[in-house]
Formats: sequence, C-alpha cells, structure tokens
Amino acid sequence: MATETLIWLIPLPPVLAFFLIVLFTNRSKALSHTLGVGAAFLSWLGSMVVFYKAVTTEHFSGFASSIPWLPVGDTWFRIGISIDPLGAAVLFFVAWTIFMIFLYSVGYQNFGQPKGDHDRAGLPPHGATVTDEHGHKHMVLSVEPMYSRFFAFLGLFAFGMYTLVVSDNLLTLFVGWEIMGLCSYLLIGFWYGKPSARAAAIKAFMTTRIGDVFMLLGIAFLYQATGTLTFSEIFTEETLHVLATTPAFFGLSAAGAIAILLFVGTIGKSAQWPLHVWLPDAMEGPTPVSAMIHAATMVSAGVYAVLRMFPLLTAGWHEGAALLPAMNLVAFIGAFTALFSATIAVAQNDIKRVLAYSTISQLGFMIAALGIGAYIAAAFHLITHAFFKGLLFLGSGSVIHGMEHGVLHTGDHHVDPQDMFNMGGLRKKMPITFWTFLIGGFALSGFPIITAGFWSKDEILADAWANGHLTVFITLAVAAFLTAFYTMRQITLTFLGEPRTKEAEHAQETPWTMTVPLVVLAVFAAAYGWVGIPEHFPVLGGILPNWFHEFVGGSLLEHPEALEFSWAPLLTSLSVALGGLGLGYLVYRNVKSPAEDKLQIPALKNKWYFDEIYDFLFVKPSYWFAETFTYQWMDKGVIDGILHFFGKAAAWIGDTLRKYIDAWFINDIVADKLSHQWTVHPAARAVRKVQTGRIQQYMLTSIGVLFVVGVLVYYFFMA
Amino acid sequence: MTFPILSLIVFIPMVAAVIMLLIPAERRNETRAVALAAATFDLLLAAWVYVQYLVNEMTGYQFVETYRWLPQLGISLKFGVDGMSAPLVLLTGIVMFTGVLISWGVDDNHHPAGIQDRPREFFAFLFILASGVFGVFASLDLFMLFFFYEIAVFPMYLLIAIWGWVKTREYAAMKLTLYLFVGSVISLVGALAMYWAAYQSTGVLSFDMLLLEKANFPLNFQVAWFLPVFFGFAVLGGIFPFHNWSPDGHVAAPTAVSMFHAGVLMKLGAFAALRVGIMLLPEGAKYWSWLVMLLAGIAVVYGAFIAFQQTDMKYMIGFSSVSHMGLVMLGLSTLNKTGLTGAGVQMFSHGVMTALFFAVTGMIYDRSHTRQIPELGGMNKIMPFASVGFIIGGLVSMGMPGFSGFIAEFPIFMGVWHVNSLLAIVASISIVLTAAYILRNIRDVFFRPMPDNLEGHITDVTVLDKIAIVTLCTFMIGIGLFPSVMVPMVQTGVENILRLLGGA
Repeated sequence: MATETLIWLIPLPPVLAFFLIVLFTNRSKALSHTLGVGAAFLSWLGSMVVFYKAVTTEHFSGFASSIPWLPVGDTWFRIGISIDPLGAAVLFFVAWTIFMIFLYSVGYQNFGQPKGDHDRAGLPPHGATVTDEHGHKHMVLSVEPMYSRFFAFLGLFAFGMYTLVVSDNLLTLFVGWEIMGLCSYLLIGFWYGKPSARAAAIKAFMTTRIGDVFMLLGIAFLYQATGTLTFSEIFTEETLHVLATTPAFFGLSAAGAIAILLFVGTIGKSAQWPLHVWLPDAMEGPTPVSAMIHAATMVSAGVYAVLRMFPLLTAGWHEGAALLPAMNLVAFIGAFTALFSATIAVAQNDIKRVLAYSTISQLGFMIAALGIGAYIAAAFHLITHAFFKGLLFLGSGSVIHGMEHGVLHTGDHHVDPQDMFNMGGLRKKMPITFWTFLIGGFALSGFPIITAGFWSKDEILADAWANGHLTVFITLAVAAFLTAFYTMRQITLTFLGEPRTKEAEHAQETPWTMTVPLVVLAVFAAAYGWVGIPEHFPVLGGILPNWFHEFVGGSLLEHPEALEFSWAPLLTSLSVALGGLGLGYLVYRNVKSPAEDKLQIPALKNKWYFDEIYDFLFVKPSYWFAETFTYQWMDKGVIDGILHFFGKAAAWIGDTLRKYIDAWFINDIVADKLSHQWTVHPAARAVRKVQTGRIQQYMLTSIGVLFVVGVLVYYFFMA
Repeated sequence: MTFPILSLIVFIPMVAAVIMLLIPAERRNETRAVALAAATFDLLLAAWVYVQYLVNEMTGYQFVETYRWLPQLGISLKFGVDGMSAPLVLLTGIVMFTGVLISWGVDDNHHPAGIQDRPREFFAFLFILASGVFGVFASLDLFMLFFFYEIAVFPMYLLIAIWGWVKTREYAAMKLTLYLFVGSVISLVGALAMYWAAYQSTGVLSFDMLLLEKANFPLNFQVAWFLPVFFGFAVLGGIFPFHNWSPDGHVAAPTAVSMFHAGVLMKLGAFAALRVGIMLLPEGAKYWSWLVMLLAGIAVVYGAFIAFQQTDMKYMIGFSSVSHMGLVMLGLSTLNKTGLTGAGVQMFSHGVMTALFFAVTGMIYDRSHTRQIPELGGMNKIMPFASVGFIIGGLVSMGMPGFSGFIAEFPIFMGVWHVNSLLAIVASISIVLTAAYILRNIRDVFFRPMPDNLEGHITDVTVLDKIAIVTLCTFMIGIGLFPSVMVPMVQTGVENILRLLGGA
C-alpha cells in the first residue's frame, strides 16, 4: 500500500468504531471496548508505519495527496493529507498517547466490575455491594453505566485529532479542531447528571468557541488574501513575501494579522491567558478524558496549529532579527501564561487541578518559544510534554482510582478522593503508579539528563538566552522554578510520608490495563529527550546525534541553525529544576493539612479571580444587553412600539374618519342635514305645494315649461 | 412536450387539498392517507428533479413549461428551476413530508396525538400553502410569482388563527398577515413599474422574468425601485427591522405550520428578493448592497442576542431564525460568488434545521404542555431519539464542520470578509452566541434532571416522528460530509446571477 493511502486511512478506524458502537454494539461492553481499543491500535499501527517510512526516507520532505471536496468560488477546496517531518513527529506521539489512553480507559471505567447498586447514566459509578464466599458484604468499584458511549466519544475525539494532524490544509485542520471541540464538550459533560459537569462542558465549549471564531475569520482573511488554504501553496516564498509586505490593520502586515487571528484560536484551544478559564473546570470529565484533552490531543492541537502557521507568523523575519509585532504578542502571551498559571498551580489541592494549571503553564512555554522563533524547541517540548503530561494525568487517575477503592472500603463518602491532603504514603500501596508518576513529575520539572522534560525545556531557555530575549528568559526560568516546586509538592503530598486518612491506607494498585500505559509512557517521558540532545552539549553532545533537530527542521523552508552552547541557560535550568524540587520536598514533607500550607493565599486559590472578573465584565453585560437593551427596549419597545403605533394610528384614523367624516359629515351633515333637512325636506315641502292633484294646474305647468324650454332651445341652438 | 413535472409538483398539493375537503370530516384516516400519499409523491418528484439536475450537471433554467394564460397582458404560467431554486423545491418537499408525519394525529398506541381539531381542514390549508410555496420557487413569470406568493401567505392566517396557540394566535396571525401583505403590495407596485418600463423600452407586454432580465432598466430606475421591490419581499425573509412578525408567528403557529413557516416561507422571502430584486434590478442591487448588508448584519447579531435570552423554546428558535436568515441576506448582499453560494446553501440548510427544531419542540410541547425552558428537563432519558435529533440540529446551527451549516456559513463569512471585513467580525459574534443558547437549551431541556411534575407523564416520540427526524438529519449530515451534492448546483444558479450583475 502506498504510504499516502495509508495516511488517508489512519483517522478512519476510530470514527468507524464510533459509528459501530453507537449503532450496534451499544449494549455490549466487551464488544464496544474491543472496537474502541482495536481501532486505536489500527490507527497506531498505521501511524508507526508512516513514521518509520518518514524517518527512513533520506532527505524526507513529505507525503501528500488530495481530492476536491467543497467547491467555493471558481475553485474547489481540496481536502488532502500531508505528512511532513513535523507531522510525522506529532503523529508519533499522538498515536502512542491515544492508544495508551484507550487501553487505560478499560480499567479506569471499571470493566469487569459488577453493576453498581444505585448507578445511573450521567453520574459517576458509586460502587456495588458484593458478597464474598464467607458471606461478608463489602463495596467494590462498579462499572461505568455508559461504558460503551465513553468509547464511542473517545473514538470520535481520536478521529478529530488524527484528521487535524494529517491535514494538508487549514480547512480540514479546522474540521478536526471543531470535532475535538465538540467531543471535549461531550466528554467533559460526560457525567451530565452533575450540574458542575454540565456547566464545565459549556464553559469549555464557549471559551474555545470564542477563539474558534477568530480562527475562522483568520481563515477567511487568508483565503481572501491568497486564494488557497493548502499549506504547501501558502508557504511558498512568493506568497509569504506578498503577505509579509501587504499592510493590513493596526500597522500589521497581512501575514501578521492572519497569524494573530489564527493564534487567537490557539489561545482558546490551548487555554492560554486570557482564555484559559475553561481548562481547570474541564477536570469534571473522567480522567482519561483529562489526559486526552490536556496532554495528547486538544491542547496540543493549538500549539500544533501555531507550529504549522509558523512560516506565516514569521514571514519577513529571519533568525537573529528583532521580533515582529505578531511574534511579540505570541511571546508575551506565552511567557505570561507560563508564569501566571504556575503561580495558581502552587495553591491547588485537587490532584488533577494542579496538573491542569501545570498544563496551561507548559503550553505557555511552547507558545513563548514560538513567539521568539524557537520552532524546533517548541515542537520538541510539545512532544515531550505530551508524553509526560499524559503520564501524569493517567497517574493521577490511577491515584484517584486507588483512593476511590479506599473510600468504598471505609464507606465515608465525604472524603474527596482527589484532594491531595487526604492522601500521603501512597508509594507503598501503589508502587507502579508511584514510580511512573515520579518519572513524569521529574520530567515536568526538568530533572537533568535522565528526563525528556529537561532537554526540551532547556532548549527553550537556551534559545531565549542566545537570541537575547532576556525578559522571556527570566519569566520562563521563574515559571520553571515554580513548576519544579509544585510538582514536588504534589509528589510529596500524594506519595511520600505516611497516609493521612484511612482511605489512603486502604488504597490499592490499579489493574494492568491502567499500569501498562503508565509504564509505556514513563519510558517515553524519560527517554524521548535523548533524540534531541544539542550538538554542542558538553560530553553528551557528540555521542547521540541531534536527530530531532535534523528531522523536524526539514519542515521549514530554511533549516534552522543549531544553537551555540552556552553555560548560563544550562546552569539556570539546572538550578531552578533542582532548587524547586528540593524546596518543594523540604517545605511539604511535614505539612499535614491545608491549614499548615502557607501558600493557600486567597488570590492564588481563587485563580486570580478571573472567573469573577469575566462574569462581571462579559457574562453579566451580555445578559443585560440581550435582555434589557435588545429584547425589551429595542424589539419590544421600539420596533413593536412603532408597529403598534401604526396600528393605533390606523385605528385612530379609522375612528376619526368614521366619527367626523363618515358619521358627522357624510351622514349627519351631508346625508341628514344637507340632503334631508336643508335640501330634500324643504325642497320636498316646497314641491309638495305643487302636487295639488288638479289636472288643470299640471297642464298649465306643462305648457309653461314647454314654452320656457322652447324659448331656450330656440335662443341657444337655432339663433 | 416534455413531461410536466413542475406543474405536477405545484398542483398536486392543491388537488390533494380539494380531495381531502371532499372526504367526510369523520373519516380521518382517509384524510391522512391522502395527505401522506400526496406529500410522499411530491417529495419523490421534487427529489427526482433535484437528482436529474445534479446528475446531468445541468445549468440555467430546466424543466421549463409554458402555458399561455392571459396573452393580452403577457401573463403566462411558466415554470422552470435553476441551481438556486431546485434545492428549495426539494426543501419544500421535505418539509411537507415531515410536516405531515409529525401532525399525524395518532401515536403508536392509537392514542390521539398531534392535530386533533378538524385535521381535514388543517391538512387542506397546509397543502394549499405548500402549493403556493412550490409555485413561487418554480415560477418564471413575475405575475404568477406574486399569485403563488399570496396563495402561500393567505392560508397562514387561517392556520395560525384557528389551530394556533390560544394565547397569542389572533395577534400573531394578524401581525404576520399584515406585514406580509403590505410587503408584497409594495413589491407588486415595483413589479408593475418594471412591467411598464419594459413595455416602454421593448414594446412587448410581458411578465416573463427571462425577458425582464434582459430589459436593461435605466440606472436611476433601478436605484429607485430596488428598495421597495427588495425590501417588500425581504420582510418575509425576516430582515431587520421588519423581522418582528416572524417570532410571534412561529410561536403561535401549530408545529407543522411553524416548520413550514420558518423552514420554507422565510426562504420564499429571501428567494423572491433575490429573484425579483437582485436579478431583475442588478444595478440597483449594486447601489444598495451596503444597506442590505448593514441591515442583514444587524439581524444576524440582533437575532442571536435576543434568542440568547429567551426562555420559551419557540421564541428562541424564532429569533435564531431571524439571525440565520440574516446570514442568508448577508450572503446575498455580498454579490460575489462565494457569498451568494453560501446564501443558497444556507437557505436549504436552515430550512431543514429549523424544521427539525420546531418538530422536536412540538413533540416536547405535546407531551409536557410547556415550552418554557426552565420548566423542562431530562428529555434525553425519555425521548433519546428526539434529543439526538435536536443536538444534530444544534450542531448545524452552530456551524459545526461536518454538517450542512458549516458548508453554508463558511462561504458566507468568506464572502463578507471580501467585501467588508469589519462586518464579518461583528457578524461572527453570532457564532458564539448561537453556541451559547443552543448548548444552554440542550443542557436544560435534555440533560438536567426531569422536574417532578413531568415525571411519568412524558412518553417517547412515535415511529412517524422518528422517520421525520431521520429524514431531516440525513440531509443535514449528507450535505455536511459531501458538499458536492449541492454546492456545485447552487453555483450554476449563482453564475447566472453574476452574469446579470455584469460578471462582478
């Protein structure tokens, strides 16, 4: 099979699984998950083959093919697939993480467990009572009531992501983008029986939708300016040159303006400030969903889109030059978000929320890297982050799962299995989860040499330093320090020390379907960094070639230069990582409850009050505008008012006509008075006198009249 | 002499209406059978026309039939469809078919449901209305277009005033009828002006639109008459600030009439405004396009804002129709290929979508006796089929890729961006608002726990309802996935318009 054909086929198995599950196998849990996981496996297999072919092709530049789809104007929008080096690298991590998440979901949604006692669709399973052989009753985890539906939605989600990655044009990229938006809505609101889940689902969809609208406008602008949406046609030197030199608005070039519009889409999808508010709430979804949305697919899609649009963003810029306005904006948003959400993560107690803010922060790193033109560093961090953040989310899900086991054991349902202060000492109960989580956490913190996060984060810092973007460098360094700090806080509170609750004492390691994905991802979280060791790195630099730089750099028109090595950023990244980890451990090893935690500052706990501010600035005013101004005042008041005025006026005119013209003037004056009283009656009375009844008088009158008429006729006509 | 397929499509409903009126009132099943048979047959014929047009890659006016009617005045019965009107003929067939299904009157267990009061007259009026709608879409004679236009509008009054929602039906029926009649009278004056102007320049008395297209009216004539002609029709298309009759009418109308009203009648306004206003007075259209665009842009955002704040499902959908029909007008006002194509597809897409919305709302109302969103909940549990249908309609409404809404709205926005990017940005606010009110509605009506007073009183939708939902969804998804089944066809119609506009 030609590689192109294979690429066409990659997104299909998950969507087929979606339809098959929805239409046929909805009732059978085993069939449904077999279809789901099987589809994920097929897509994974296809992706691996494509990836293998890409890396073994010398001077690989891309596979592509397309067909006409939507006729617009004089041409057809062609939809097609293309895998260039960046696409291949992204496909690699997407395939792995998606496959692992599917597998993990089997265990997470409690396949093989009994049906719950009181479970119903739309709510998380509450556990089932079973009787063992000794006649003892005890509670165990129960299977998710909407198990099949979950795999159907996951399949659709995977389809969206694969479509996005293999797209050769902005239109299908946008299609995949929107499908994921829809699936995230469905999956975040999966437990729709919970009001918080329903609210979170809508918030996520609406917030990302705001970004999407700008992206759509960017697409419209781009199409208007270039007449095409296919990447290979946009990213030619001539087109980019034209776009870079055409002025648009606010002193931006057309390229810059389009890039910014598209970038707003990314702000929404990748949860960057100021559209970050949806992501922490999205934790309402089941944990595999969190991993799917926050690590493998949706948020990565935002960064991937900026990577794709990188030539547009940087049109007219060359390495070492001053940043363009659009790049400055991107760099600012990224760096600010990285720091800002790291500060919030420090004060969160929910194990998943810490990771959520950490994700926002890490995406900020990538965005900032793109803003300063560090293409390869951003791509590298995107991939390593997907691995270790996927791992951390799945790990946290495993912890929650273990804790839920403990909660069922004690029967105290007031204990929140996600609150880290209810945990502690889980390393002994859940060793595989602990060790893999530790690897993930260290990778996130950038623990030197042995973790992937170190290499990718270091490269961003090195790039910022080497090109003199000192503000970005310092902001990111501080954010990196906070990252290491809150990661260690999380690990310490969760796994180290002694159990702080009975539930934590009775936590249990999770089944193999959950631990195998953890181990697989842990391998990548540790080892993936070694494919991108900088050429000039002391000692290690020469041993392994910097494959990632060579390979992914091939996606750009001009292959970026390798950075010169410099000690300052390396020392910085070493010290913030180790310092943050150390400090986190020292501060939190003896903290027992939130009260002892000195960082529970209200501003941080309340996420800098962004929800409240948005409510005040946007939500309330739009309700007011919609109801009071538009509906009540304009529609009901002015427009209906005018209408009713016309109605009343017409009625008034009718009444008036009737009263004064019809009744008074015509009837009264004309008909009665004028005709009857003043003319007809007197006339009749007058004429009555003539009606004497005497023939003679009539005769006389006749003769008289005849005479007069005769005279007149003679006078006028004869004379 | 070719097979008179368009005449059949137009007159079958009218004949069926007469037949139904001849059936004794108590024989309801026979009435329904006639209605369903006629609707099915009409749908098949309309689909046949559509498929022929598509498969044979036709262009221009096809299936043309001419019958001399009043030759002294140049009036003839002339039918024909082009790429713009063929989808709308199909749309009318679909809405008629599904409208009959959901008004059936008997549920799966032979209990009464749907229209109970005088179904014979109800279907008869509905079918006369349908005849009028088909007639407008198929007419190539200006006089006949007006004739059918009035036939389509008049039964609305009776349908709403007799079978409508008791609280507002008289007010709404009167408001609607007055608005539409006043609009059409104003247009009619314009049409007569064209008729005489064409007579003076060519010496031929004719209402034939194909001849009028070639009349080349002087510029100041076109500029002067475009406004009354266009806006007279656009009232029925719900253009701001003449949209106000529409939500009130939707709310008061019985379900099948709402489907017709929002699904097809509003298209009638937009279509006639296009065919008579833009195509016969192209210079006028160019002169005034900024005004149309401005008002349409206002309607788009304005309707969305009001829909966002409604608690009555029907009012919400009614105002959302104002917003979406605003997009049609917006597409028309661009006068470029992309925008016009989008407008053509949007007419179809919105018609199917909003028919589905009203159908599902009607199903819910029939069972719960309320349309107030705060009083509803948990419908997903009882009527999953209807809820999936509504969600699909919602996705179309939001312009999700993969559904017909995207295929329609995306070109419209591109076309508008081409002419006035600022307006495109402002209009795009509606995309966000649409998502907001649709999702809120879905969340509250379908997924919230069901209120206690409804628990146990709600039954699932009937098989016929399901057939109707599936039919409507098929078109929305089909066009979304394979836009080539409609877009190239609409483009042939658009090319004709562009030719009239002078290749702009």
